[in-house]
Amino acid sequence: MDIQEYFSLVFTDYTLRTITLGTAILGAVTGMLGSFAVLRKQSLLGDAISHAALPGIAISFLITGAKDSNTLLLGALVSGLIGTFWIRSIITKTHLKSDTALGLILSLFFGFGMLLLTFIQKQPNANQAGLDKYLFGQAATLVESDVWMMAIVTGICLFVLLLFWKEFKILLFDKDYAKTLGFNTNAIDILITSFIVLAIVLGLQTVGVVLMSAMLLAPAAAARQWTNSLAKMVFLAALFGAFSGVFGTAISASQNNLSTGPVIVIVAAVFVFISFVFSPSRGLLFKQIRFIKNRRDLELHKTLAFMYHIAETHENISHPHEVKILNNFHGFTKGTLKKLVEKNYVTLQGSTWSLTNEGFQSASNLYNQLTKQDE
Amino acid sequence: MKNNIAVQIDDLTVAYNYKPVLWDIDLEIPEGVLMAIVGPNGAGKSTLIKSILGILKPIAGSVTIYGKSYKEQRSLVAYVPQKGSVDWDFPTTALDVVMMGTYGSLGWIKRPRQKEKKAALEALEKVGMLPFKNRQISQLSGGQQQRIFLARALVQDASIYFMDEPFQGVDATTEIAIINILKELRKAGKTVIVVHHDLQTVPEYFDWVTFLNVKKIATGPVKDIFNDDNLTKTYGINYKVSIQE
Repeated sequence: MDIQEYFSLVFTDYTLRTITLGTAILGAVTGMLGSFAVLRKQSLLGDAISHAALPGIAISFLITGAKDSNTLLLGALVSGLIGTFWIRSIITKTHLKSDTALGLILSLFFGFGMLLLTFIQKQPNANQAGLDKYLFGQAATLVESDVWMMAIVTGICLFVLLLFWKEFKILLFDKDYAKTLGFNTNAIDILITSFIVLAIVLGLQTVGVVLMSAMLLAPAAAARQWTNSLAKMVFLAALFGAFSGVFGTAISASQNNLSTGPVIVIVAAVFVFISFVFSPSRGLLFKQIRFIKNRRDLELHKTLAFMYHIAETHENISHPHEVKILNNFHGFTKGTLKKLVEKNYVTLQGSTWSLTNEGFQSASNLYNQLTKQDE
Repeated sequence: MKNNIAVQIDDLTVAYNYKPVLWDIDLEIPEGVLMAIVGPNGAGKSTLIKSILGILKPIAGSVTIYGKSYKEQRSLVAYVPQKGSVDWDFPTTALDVVMMGTYGSLGWIKRPRQKEKKAALEALEKVGMLPFKNRQISQLSGGQQQRIFLARALVQDASIYFMDEPFQGVDATTEIAIINILKELRKAGKTVIVVHHDLQTVPEYFDWVTFLNVKKIATGPVKDIFNDDNLTKTYGINYKVSIQE
């Protein structure tokens, strides 16, 4: 199946439609919430939460013996929440920094989860196979009820986000100040963290424990490059996340044997790359172009200013002077001289230059502007 | 004239971990003063403000604002945190930050509307930042960022203002603009409490001063207690400052 075929099938084929919708919704909700994680400088939190969810999946299988995804994800939610609030209390109650606390809980829970998984595999039980799909995710296992679940959670999340928009914003920007205004910052914090945990747990089936944090971070990091407004950033992150989901599914469906989760993450990474290079205000490319252009303008102005000083001393401002008297020290290069001629500020005759009226005017204005700026 | 007590602090002790940062502070701040809190680094100046505002939980002691707890008197108090305490690359505009000053009176869930926006614009005007209202905050200079923080507190329309080093890292123009606003606030009968570092400007800017170094060294009118004796007690070295009369 090629990509074209995929897009013609996506509306009719049940499996393709389910998976595409599922990954799109997942991308949107993680992108949305990821913006908050990124702005709080808690990028690693997503990684810690997804790893912390693993033992929950194993334990809930051990207790119920069922492989129903909702039951397993409920276990994941509980252990994800335990891990997250453990991290919070380590940070507030000990001297440990947040990266240490995150790393500690991440490896501890993941290690415990892996231990339980190997234990389960040794059990004489035919039903055990397939739990390890939660490590890297398997989008093909999504069914319609899973997608409904994701849609409902996304809807609730959106509602809460709109309702407490102002509170979330002030918590992110200035927590202490929010406290003095009378907001219960702990409650807002717990609310938003719980939603992040919920979104991550929802994605475990599709993208898996190991790669889930990329779904949280990549769309948000890409979105930050394009806007200076929080609302637009959250919206863009949701959009990038959803597109990553759709394109990732399309690519993996059209190329046999490519697993969906990693492809989605790669697509999201492409969004990040493009945003980091090509964003007009923060992108590397335009930054470099602006830098070079500024440098050229300065060279030009410097040369023009030097010429102005010389011309000023003569009665006739168009009195010709030798090119030789200009040098690098005054920002002079052959290029700058050519540019000045092009702009009709200077005329060249053999090895002499003379300032035009226009050049004199603009140089004197330039000079005024510069001194004004200095004041 | 100054018989009302705006802020009363009794036996306040605050500690991070084991080491006390503030020890047994008793302090009365009269209404209508423009007060500087001075002391060396680590003297607990910011901690004192944060404890009054309920951001930090003291180990012992009590703080009252006009005789009642901070919780009850919240609407009377505005706060200007240290500029460095927030991430200025946060995706928002100057106007938006100033609007945050209205969030307290709005309470939960309610959104700011025209009335709040008008108040924010007026505050921006007062600090001379109106032309920058739609500017992304990372593109403002340090002095402009400080003025935005000041405008955010002005929007709160409080009776008591707490400011944590509002003159830190600002140029001379901004410093003059800020001190003029502070003096206007005092003229309007407000109480202004400022953590301050530049001892030279204390007599010029303030009429009340508190010396702090873990313990309270002295508090009172600048003309009575701002002298070499108290400075030496606070800073621990032989401090000489020429006081302009």
